[in-house]
Amino acid sequence: MFFNSLEDLWVMSGHGAFVWSCYGLFVGLLALNVWHSRSQRAKALKQVRAIARRVV
Amino acid sequence: MSSLDWRMPRWFHQMGSPKWFYEWGGRLQSWFALAALVLLGWGMIWGLAFAPADYQQGNSFRIMYVHVPAAILSQSIFVSMAVAGAIGIIWKMKVAFMVARSCIAIGATFTAIALLTGAIWGKPTWGTYWVWDARLTSTLVLLFLYAGVMALNQAISERQTAGKATAILALVGTINIPIIKYSVEWWNTLHQSSSFSLTEKPTMPAEMYVPLLLTVLGSYCLFALLVLMRTRTQILQTQGHTKWLTQHPDIEGV
Repeated sequence: MFFNSLEDLWVMSGHGAFVWSCYGLFVGLLALNVWHSRSQRAKALKQVRAIARRVV
Repeated sequence: MSSLDWRMPRWFHQMGSPKWFYEWGGRLQSWFALAALVLLGWGMIWGLAFAPADYQQGNSFRIMYVHVPAAILSQSIFVSMAVAGAIGIIWKMKVAFMVARSCIAIGATFTAIALLTGAIWGKPTWGTYWVWDARLTSTLVLLFLYAGVMALNQAISERQTAGKATAILALVGTINIPIIKYSVEWWNTLHQSSSFSLTEKPTMPAEMYVPLLLTVLGSYCLFALLVLMRTRTQILQTQGHTKWLTQHPDIEGV
């Protein structure tokens, strides 16, 4: 590791808040996108199953 | 049928079949998910904890490993959306319109990430979160373009018409992409010029460059995954009346 300790990694000689918030935004917003895609699929599957039951 | 049909290989037309896209998309999805997870995880941990600090910017340069892929993808996705829309118009391919529609939210997300992480990076580097610099302003315009495309796409309820209108706006909007790309050369900007390219020899040492390559490739895989997921959902939404779908294991297997 480049840093001497986990605390060093967290603080990053004063840049920690900037760096960690950027990584948080990146992971958070993209995870939200994945979650939204999954929930949309679940909703659509439910609708098609309802149609399929009516047809059968 | 268009007169251009004979020029295109068979897989191209198969891809235009919702059934075919649904099947193959489903198979490819898990591979893209795995690749995205491994590449992004590896690149981000490397970039955060193992890459050496920059001699000028110190540790704040680590923001590059999320900012640069987000910025690259924000533009690639816009172009992909316009190309998919054009394919939809030329070959009257419904699935291509669906792909274009899927791109909107994903592209807007990457653009928002690029702007936000850029602003945060600006504070320790330039001493300000925002300047009305050519690169920053043209990227903000990109976010508004995505918003416009999304609004137009949702305002028209008939999907074919919505697809066409969206494609035309996306095609016109791509004029902004070279403006973003060359903004750092055409105008005197605060934003630095590009230091990363997938096709050119790297200008930074390998232990700084490789993690960036990993997060860029990982972001492309995540984009592919999200497009497949969202397009397959649209196939479910629009093909519910078809026999192949109502008899599909995804539907019947419950």
